[in-house]
Amino acid sequence: MFSDLTRQSLAGLRLLLVMTVLTGVLYPAAVWAAGQAFGDRADGSPVRVDGEVVGSRLLGQQFAGDEWFLSRPSANDYDTLASAPSNLGPLDPDLVASIGDRLAEVAAREGVEESQVPADAVTASGSGLDPHISVAYAELQAPRVAEANGLDLATVEDLVEDNTVGRGLGFLGEPGVNVLELNVAVAAAVRGGD
Amino acid sequence: MSDTLGGLLTIALLVALLAAAYVPYGDYMARVYTSTTHLRVERLVYRLSGVDPDAEQGARSYASSVVGFSLVSIVVLMGIQLGQAALPMDRDLPGVPFWMSFNTAVSFVTNTNWQSYSGESTLGFTAQMAGLAVQNFLSAAVGIAVAVALIRGFVRSRSGSLGNFWVDLTRGTIRILLPISFVAAILFVAGGVVQSFSDTTMQTLAGHSQVLTGGPVASQEAIKELGNNGGGFFNANSAHPFENPSAYTNLLQVFLILVTPVALTRTLGTMLGNRRQGVAILGVMGILYSLTLVAATWSEVTGQGAAAQAAGAAMEGKETRFGEWASALFAVSTTATSTGAVNASHDSLTPVGGGAALFNMMLGEIVPGGVGAGIYGILVMAVLAVFVAGLMVGRTPELLGKKISARQMTYVALYTLTTPALVLVGAGIAISLDSTADAMGSSGGHGFSEVLYAFTSAANNNGSAFGGITVTSDFFQIALGLAMLIGRFLPIVLVLLLAGSLAEQGTVPATAGTLPTHKPLFVGMLVGVILVMTGLTYFPSLALGPIAEALV
Repeated sequence: MFSDLTRQSLAGLRLLLVMTVLTGVLYPAAVWAAGQAFGDRADGSPVRVDGEVVGSRLLGQQFAGDEWFLSRPSANDYDTLASAPSNLGPLDPDLVASIGDRLAEVAAREGVEESQVPADAVTASGSGLDPHISVAYAELQAPRVAEANGLDLATVEDLVEDNTVGRGLGFLGEPGVNVLELNVAVAAAVRGGD
Repeated sequence: MSDTLGGLLTIALLVALLAAAYVPYGDYMARVYTSTTHLRVERLVYRLSGVDPDAEQGARSYASSVVGFSLVSIVVLMGIQLGQAALPMDRDLPGVPFWMSFNTAVSFVTNTNWQSYSGESTLGFTAQMAGLAVQNFLSAAVGIAVAVALIRGFVRSRSGSLGNFWVDLTRGTIRILLPISFVAAILFVAGGVVQSFSDTTMQTLAGHSQVLTGGPVASQEAIKELGNNGGGFFNANSAHPFENPSAYTNLLQVFLILVTPVALTRTLGTMLGNRRQGVAILGVMGILYSLTLVAATWSEVTGQGAAAQAAGAAMEGKETRFGEWASALFAVSTTATSTGAVNASHDSLTPVGGGAALFNMMLGEIVPGGVGAGIYGILVMAVLAVFVAGLMVGRTPELLGKKISARQMTYVALYTLTTPALVLVGAGIAISLDSTADAMGSSGGHGFSEVLYAFTSAANNNGSAFGGITVTSDFFQIALGLAMLIGRFLPIVLVLLLAGSLAEQGTVPATAGTLPTHKPLFVGMLVGVILVMTGLTYFPSLALGPIAEALV
């Protein structure tokens, strides 16, 4: 039995090396080569402003200040080297308390009742890098962003609509607004208005 | 479109896709494992490895090949992690700490993919791609090989052999996992999943510094789901937008998770020459899967629990693009199989949602279970069910033409005791240690749930976590590593011994007194046996954790 195990292990080692070349080197290289057909998607879907990369269409960013649409709360402050959720339990008193604090903060910032604040505005996402906010949260922020940037509310609301991603095939997942692309559009509208 | 209608249509589309793949994929896999010819590339693999592809192996030889191959894999994978600083594309990261490398190597070789490390801050690209992802393929192929060996045990009569492990392993990788992964990986890139070999640092719109993390993600993502592995390239796993950018890629991931275990029931039926048997087994899986899906979806969508009620919806730990419906569907699918990938924080799921995930694993990963592991797991339960039925009516139990006697029941009893013993003893020891209180992310019932979830996930080779718990202490690295190791290979050895004992027997013809195992009566019987076994084993521990939380 033992000598059999040794012999089998040696065969196993050789097979492992062969399979490492096949599935660990050739396969990812082939996917990389084929992936080049999809432009910069394989490189993380970068968003450019005046030719400079300012982020990825897929990764959320931290925004602060009235002139920006704000992203969702993040358990890792949008650090891409430490993607993580809060991992706080569904009854966790600390989580319930911070949701209460965020409700008060968002309601005060946007000048609305706490009951009007959508859930995504007061909860941290699964990755800490959620690129989207709900349509309701974007609409809630639109008046503040419009005023801070000296833009018409209608203009900003149009931008929100332009940057809303609908459900896949009309029914997959949930609609959301891409915060980085929306803020890029707002910044462009501000410059366009100068 | 309402959320409810969208969620229901998503499930309907998923079921339609699985139904479309069922016959062609299941029959293809049956051909792969019954074909007598070798592909040219396979002959090359056999020659380079020094194995004789036409030799037949008995149960003991097959088992020592599985164990020998896996031990070598663990040692090599530890070496890659410990020495990653010497490898190309190491992202200037140091070697992985010793016990973490042990835990991770065991985790990937056992198809568990429990992660005590954070991918983006711990591992270089070579270690991920040529170390971990290789085991994503091979551990999945090992699982299917063992399932096929058990099916051969039922099919063969008065035979001393179960096939050739090296051939089964190679064919599973080259003919099944690799081609499907390649197509899926390209679809993932098209959907936005990253496949590059460098990180880029840039200034965000608001002037912060942010790293656009690169890596061979798409290639790893495809096999991560297809092989029911579940180890994320990034810490946030399939919640990370670079792993799972949209609702489309999310649906593809859930499809990849389910398609092989589901289609393997067709493979079972085809290889047995009794396709209704495959459908009956799938029926059992479908009934139990549906129960937990309904429970979890209800709880998540209605936002149960104090945090969800305070926020207005259960969005803590969930991504906007998926929402509650697609997060619940993913959570149930990843725990009903042995995948363990997550697109939302399981720790933050509502009490019933998280409880459903835990319960799915406690069922023993059989609804539909891991690739291969699901089939052999549910066949073991089927042996138990005919035994119980035999006791009720006082006849010698038979399954698929094989008599179930004391020898077979010994293997089955040991199999069904292995994982519960690992889970309950492991969690019990952990809870009794003072240091565990500091490791928990929450106090009270949820802290207990975190520990119970960790050992359930490890021993059943799932790999998902209630991630609030800190498992980087030597105790958890070693204890969970051993739970994964024993929870994988002791059942596999027992299954192969069972298969060998079945293959040695002749086939008894069905008589009027034989319990038909492809009819609704047996489906109900098997569902009942699985629920009773799981309930008796785990109810006390569930009552202390998720049930207590749900009743608060």
